[in-house]
Amino acid sequence: MGNNLYGILAEFDTPTQLVDAARRVRDAGYTMTDAFSPFPLHEIDEALGIKRSVLPYLIFAGGITGLLSGIGLEYFVHVIDWPIIVGGRPHFSLPAFVPPAFEMTILFAAFTAVFGMLFLNGLPAPYHPVFNVPRFALATREKFFLVIESADPLYDYEETRRFMETLDAQEVFDVEE
Amino acid sequence: MVEGDHTFGSVSDKIGDLTLKKRTPFHWFIGFGIAFMVAQLLMMTILWLVTKGIGIWGTNQPVGWAFPIINFVWWIGIGHAGTLISAILLLLNQKWRTSINRFAEAMTLFAVACAGLYPVFHTGRPWLAYWLFPYPNTMGIWPQFRSPLMWDVFAVSTYATVSALFWYIGLIPDLATLRDRAKSKFFKFIYAILSWGWRGSARHWHRYEIAYLILAGISTPLVLSVHSIVSFDFSISQIPGWHTTFFPPYFVAGAIYAGFAMVLLLAIPLRHLYNMKDFITKTHLILMGKVMLATGLIVFYAYIMEFFFGWYSGSEYEWFMIKNRIWDGPYWFFYWCLIFCNGISIQFLWFKRFRESEFWLFVISIVVSIGMWLERFVIIVTSLQRDFLPSSWAMYSPTMFDWSMFIGTLGFFFTLIFLFVRFVPVISIFEVRTLLPDANVHGHHQDFEENVNEVEYTYDQTDPPNS
Repeated sequence: MGNNLYGILAEFDTPTQLVDAARRVRDAGYTMTDAFSPFPLHEIDEALGIKRSVLPYLIFAGGITGLLSGIGLEYFVHVIDWPIIVGGRPHFSLPAFVPPAFEMTILFAAFTAVFGMLFLNGLPAPYHPVFNVPRFALATREKFFLVIESADPLYDYEETRRFMETLDAQEVFDVEE
Repeated sequence: MVEGDHTFGSVSDKIGDLTLKKRTPFHWFIGFGIAFMVAQLLMMTILWLVTKGIGIWGTNQPVGWAFPIINFVWWIGIGHAGTLISAILLLLNQKWRTSINRFAEAMTLFAVACAGLYPVFHTGRPWLAYWLFPYPNTMGIWPQFRSPLMWDVFAVSTYATVSALFWYIGLIPDLATLRDRAKSKFFKFIYAILSWGWRGSARHWHRYEIAYLILAGISTPLVLSVHSIVSFDFSISQIPGWHTTFFPPYFVAGAIYAGFAMVLLLAIPLRHLYNMKDFITKTHLILMGKVMLATGLIVFYAYIMEFFFGWYSGSEYEWFMIKNRIWDGPYWFFYWCLIFCNGISIQFLWFKRFRESEFWLFVISIVVSIGMWLERFVIIVTSLQRDFLPSSWAMYSPTMFDWSMFIGTLGFFFTLIFLFVRFVPVISIFEVRTLLPDANVHGHHQDFEENVNEVEYTYDQTDPPNS
């Protein structure tokens, strides 16, 4: 037992129990851990020691790219490729170029937000070892789960499992790879 | 915000089972059947329109912009309430948005789909509608970016795309809930694909909330910009009655006003037919009634200012337009209908008795929807039919095909709404879970912005991708 396990999973009934357990797991020195909940829990980030995502910077970069593409396109079209005078306005009529460039900014930022989030999360991931535990189907419904991966440097099947059993969990499962 | 004795599980089942259960309620078939038949009017009109050309509409000089743009602006305005509810109310931390945002966003998508049909078919050659987009072509020409119509192309297509993304990202955790609960192998597979293998990991939720919050943040200026740009279609021109600087706020307020009326028209039947009274409570309806009253008063103020500007401008064309619109012209009757529908009817909402009665809210919402349609009719037709040159004055009247296209899009809209109610969770399940008292960790309330801020000062390092 314990050779080809992905890790050990504990099930909890309430978010408070999960957060308390996560704190104890972090204090015990485990780092390769994860929690699962049916809705976002804010205390868990601090309890598990989750680092702040780079996502906001990516979205900002996406927005700037959109802005520059918008302005660049308009400059190329109306100044370089096909300069025509309309109503005596300059070729580079900046005020009139604001709305399309603004919309491009939003569009690129939105795409970065959604697909950046999915990419950083490693999704799509139709298979994941935790799905092997039948009770895990409740993670999207009402139950809370905490996993310590076997890849953790402190991981030792017997000891980790005994530690998990002291966390007031409803039940502790082995997660097969 | 949630009534009745609910747990995480009962919330998930109550909302999720609307989608998962095999038996479709009989009233769904009736509603869908009627909507689908009405939608055939749209198909018929489009067939005839593509065969004969846009001459089958009553649109002609000098009223070269009639029903198509009236309906376009009406539909796109209705969509705005969905984004307001999902984005602006999220940023303002209004918890009551949670149980209505899903179907309000669906309403946005479907309304934008209806709106988009009009400019595309008004081009006369819809199969060349892609010419609107800037792409290198063998003709060697480009769209004109100085034109408000080009801004419209960018605004509306961005709006449709971002609304779809926002709606879909909100659906991912709920689709995972359905995946884990579905009994049929086929639906399990479909929901597994659509939920991208979502497993509710804390790290995923962390990035998910950041993405969701930032999307809300960028959708807010987006939604305001869309209707501002729609109003630029008019105000950049020099037609009296259109050429005013106050059009953007006036149009945005009108859009939200019409949109909330439509949200109420959808929410009231939904909570009865599907027994969702625990989630869409009386409080929700009352709050929506108050938003309608507030935005309605802004719109009414705009009508008064429009009159004032016409007089104060000292321009004879402006003043003639006002006279023509309000009492001297052939369409004065519609102007007063509009004042009644948009200005007078909502005054009842000052009183608790009307605000707290579903019946009256429903009736007022219908009246407001008609009123907002009349508003666009009055702005567009009365400004164009008598412009600077009396020799080119003419009357405008819609033809049968104008009406069949408009009524057809109503059928199309409700067809999509019925399909949505059957196949997608109508209320955001995971967000309703956060409203339950059990969701509080150590008695601490869960909410969006706080999370991001807290994390911000706890950790300043960033994580590598795909961890």
